Amino acid sequence: MDSISKKTKDSPNSTDSPESTHPSSFPDEVLEGVLSLLSFNKDRSSVSLVCKDWYNAERWTRTKVFIGNCYSVSPEIVARRFPKIRSIILKGKPRFSDFNLVPENWGADIQSWLVVFARVYPFLEELRLKRMTVSDESLEFLAASFPGFKALSLSSCDGFSTDGLKAIATHCKNLIELDIQDNGMDDFGGGWLSCFPENFASLEVLNFASLNSEVNFDALERLVTRCKSLKVLRVNKGITLEQLQRLLMRAPQLMELGTGSFQQDLTPRQCAELESAFSNCKNLHTVSGLWEANSLNLPILYPACASLVFLNLIDATLQSGELAKLLAHCPNLRRLWVQDTVEDKGLEAVGSCCPLLEELRVFPADPFDPDILHGVTESGFVAVSRGCRRLRYVLYFCRQMTNAAVATIVQNCPDFTHFRLCIINPGQPDHLTNEPMDEAFGAVVKTCTKLQRLSVSGLLTDLTFEYIGKYAKNLETLSVAFAGSSDRGMQCVLGGCSKLRKLEIRDCPFGNAALLSGLEKYESMRSLWMSACNVTMNGCRLLAREMPWLNVEVMKDEESDDSHADKVYVYRSVAGPRRDAPPFVMTL
Amino acid sequence: MSVPLEHDYIGLSETSSMERSSDKTSSSSSSTLTSEYENNNVLNLKETELRLGLPGSESPERKGGLGMSLFGKDLEDEPDGYLLSHLKNFVSGAKRGFSDAIDGSEKWALTMNGGSEVDLAKGAVLFSPRCGNNLLEKNNTHKSCLAGPAMKDAGVPSPQKPIEEKKTSPSNDNSSAPAAKAQVVGWPPIRSFRKNTMVTNLSKNSDIPDEKSGSGCIYVKVSMDGAPYLRKVDLKTYCNYAELSSALEKMFSCFTIGQCGSHGLPAREGLSESRLMDLLHGSEYVLTYEDKDGDWMLVGDVPWEMFTGSCSRLRIMKGSEAIGLAPRAMEKCKNRN
Repeated sequence: MDSISKKTKDSPNSTDSPESTHPSSFPDEVLEGVLSLLSFNKDRSSVSLVCKDWYNAERWTRTKVFIGNCYSVSPEIVARRFPKIRSIILKGKPRFSDFNLVPENWGADIQSWLVVFARVYPFLEELRLKRMTVSDESLEFLAASFPGFKALSLSSCDGFSTDGLKAIATHCKNLIELDIQDNGMDDFGGGWLSCFPENFASLEVLNFASLNSEVNFDALERLVTRCKSLKVLRVNKGITLEQLQRLLMRAPQLMELGTGSFQQDLTPRQCAELESAFSNCKNLHTVSGLWEANSLNLPILYPACASLVFLNLIDATLQSGELAKLLAHCPNLRRLWVQDTVEDKGLEAVGSCCPLLEELRVFPADPFDPDILHGVTESGFVAVSRGCRRLRYVLYFCRQMTNAAVATIVQNCPDFTHFRLCIINPGQPDHLTNEPMDEAFGAVVKTCTKLQRLSVSGLLTDLTFEYIGKYAKNLETLSVAFAGSSDRGMQCVLGGCSKLRKLEIRDCPFGNAALLSGLEKYESMRSLWMSACNVTMNGCRLLAREMPWLNVEVMKDEESDDSHADKVYVYRSVAGPRRDAPPFVMTL
Repeated sequence: MSVPLEHDYIGLSETSSMERSSDKTSSSSSSTLTSEYENNNVLNLKETELRLGLPGSESPERKGGLGMSLFGKDLEDEPDGYLLSHLKNFVSGAKRGFSDAIDGSEKWALTMNGGSEVDLAKGAVLFSPRCGNNLLEKNNTHKSCLAGPAMKDAGVPSPQKPIEEKKTSPSNDNSSAPAAKAQVVGWPPIRSFRKNTMVTNLSKNSDIPDEKSGSGCIYVKVSMDGAPYLRKVDLKTYCNYAELSSALEKMFSCFTIGQCGSHGLPAREGLSESRLMDLLHGSEYVLTYEDKDGDWMLVGDVPWEMFTGSCSRLRIMKGSEAIGLAPRAMEKCKNRN
């Protein structure tokens, strides 16, 4: 960006006016050549606003497009503006669909996009989808339509099965990446892996950890052997330790590894072989998987731990002692994901062993069982904050928290950019003082000036939202549940958080006044979700009427009364109202 | 810890549960609720409580709402057509011991106490989706919630939230009924696939944090189509399918595992097709389990050890639903052999 502005200053004929058709001193090729170096889409958006010439130069050179809400724009509009796209990221359903708040068949089907892309972007190489509906037919169509297709990533998608994966494996001759994460898909067996042709050797990323069916190990081993550029391999829990050792011997160049089951009873010789395999992997910086890892087998990892940057223990139910022993070998860890079975003691070990830690996620091992009392508490979080001053991303599920603890935590770690605290029991107060948790989040927003993402929980009054509106000036994403006392809460946020892009609210006492206070704001946001609040159909209709560039969609629950708007989804769109909305989605 | 309670449950006899119920009915709030309920047809949360009376004990009259006197004779009096007809199907479709229980006008069930509330709450979450929301669907403007107000201190005035996916509470966010620990749709915000993974992990490590997996208990949840709450059993306490079958029979009083259980399964490699058909046609209910792969399998195909090692939960399914399982069970048998 800097180099470009320097060039325009030096040039005698730099843009005189926004509508300048005056020939620029740069031939198009030069301008385009320069602009093609821009990789960040935010920069590109800024560039495209300078003048028509720049807008055109930018659109001809853009190769990657990111569409955060698939209904904000239509495939035809994208195709018209950007003729040379090779890489697309598309996100579909509202995030709360991950938690079953969006009924099935809501939409976000990739097929209509693929049809357009097949026509306009035959050289499409990458497709990364999140919360989209993808059918097997779509995957087959994809495999057939794009001969140069290289990378497919599916995260939180639904509607497809391993049959679709078969099509991808069979027909995508240039595939570099196949990344299947956390989808609502049908698993009809591991045969898809055997569909990669015997001469296929281009794979660099393969992630099938979330698939349950066993794959043919021989086919996998052969695949790994011939894909010499394989950097990321995440297998599923059907792969045993013994098999893992063979894979590691074939792929010592791996940078990211997801192991299979870590439970096997190993002979000393097998242990030694595995340790040796791990120490051979000089580039390994990320490890995940580790299903059913126990203290006998974890030491196999030690030779690789010194260079580990990201350790994902979300599938390994470790206790505090096991974690402590493991982390003692991981001084360079930057990111750690664990289950709360490690308890506060385990988190103390995190604090003492991993001073460089930047990201911590603690997931509840048994989130839906109301009888569970163990897990992590405020002490564990405080202990981490004392030792890991560079923390910037935290996701923390706990069953108790105090205002004082959070205040201490953010004092220790003022650089938080993402602070997601989930106190599991809805509306639970500070467990020592019985007060609302307002001051906790007040401390967060006051101290962490770089905060971009915040999820709040616990017993919260409007005061929390006053704080957020007043202090969280860089906040982009806010998630609220079971909180607030009145419309004022939401009004404060909408009025104060100038950079807000995504606001998702459930089960809060915010009504029409709150909804309508954001009238002008929603166009600068990606989306608003409100469910189980006090918004009525009339309020939504008013919003829709006043703001034609917004899509205001309501989903009603079966048994609620007519005037209540149970689930409201508001988003800006240049594509107009949805044409594929199912009957239960009302566009107002 | 809930461990002692769960042990009691497995060998639960009528007397012990009656003791528990009398403990609870003696608590003031519970009896208040009972009388409030009887007196008052107005929509309120207490009506939607799921409570079951013990054999011989008074079960509160239910008028409208989600009356869950599951096995009680007052079923016939209820006006709620759909709900009741479904319950009646459940009632009449069951075999053997169950109809005995009915005839004696004995209402077999358990009142809520701390332990059962756990199962109840868990059951609600797992129960409604599995049973296709049949029982809860017609709970019109009631919010079905499984709060046991008698059981826990209110403490937190958080809103009552419905279990069933289709319901949200429009306006009663600050209702007076204490929250206890009612389960809420989509809360905590964890993806459900991850829940399954964790449940699988935990069923190996549960209750004995420091021991290796496999040497402790193997508690698995048992759900029954049509029952309002789930139970938990420790598979380690049984040695074969027969024991499991009879324990479950006692627990649910009305289900059968068919020939499977009664013959045990010494060295069988799998169930032949004809036996499967016998099983399915001979009984209204079929016992199935979810294995580590997340597949639903017919119980009885594999040796007991293999079963306990791979079972993560049990479900007593209606025979008609289980028909779809049979071909897959056969396939898996064939694949394994």
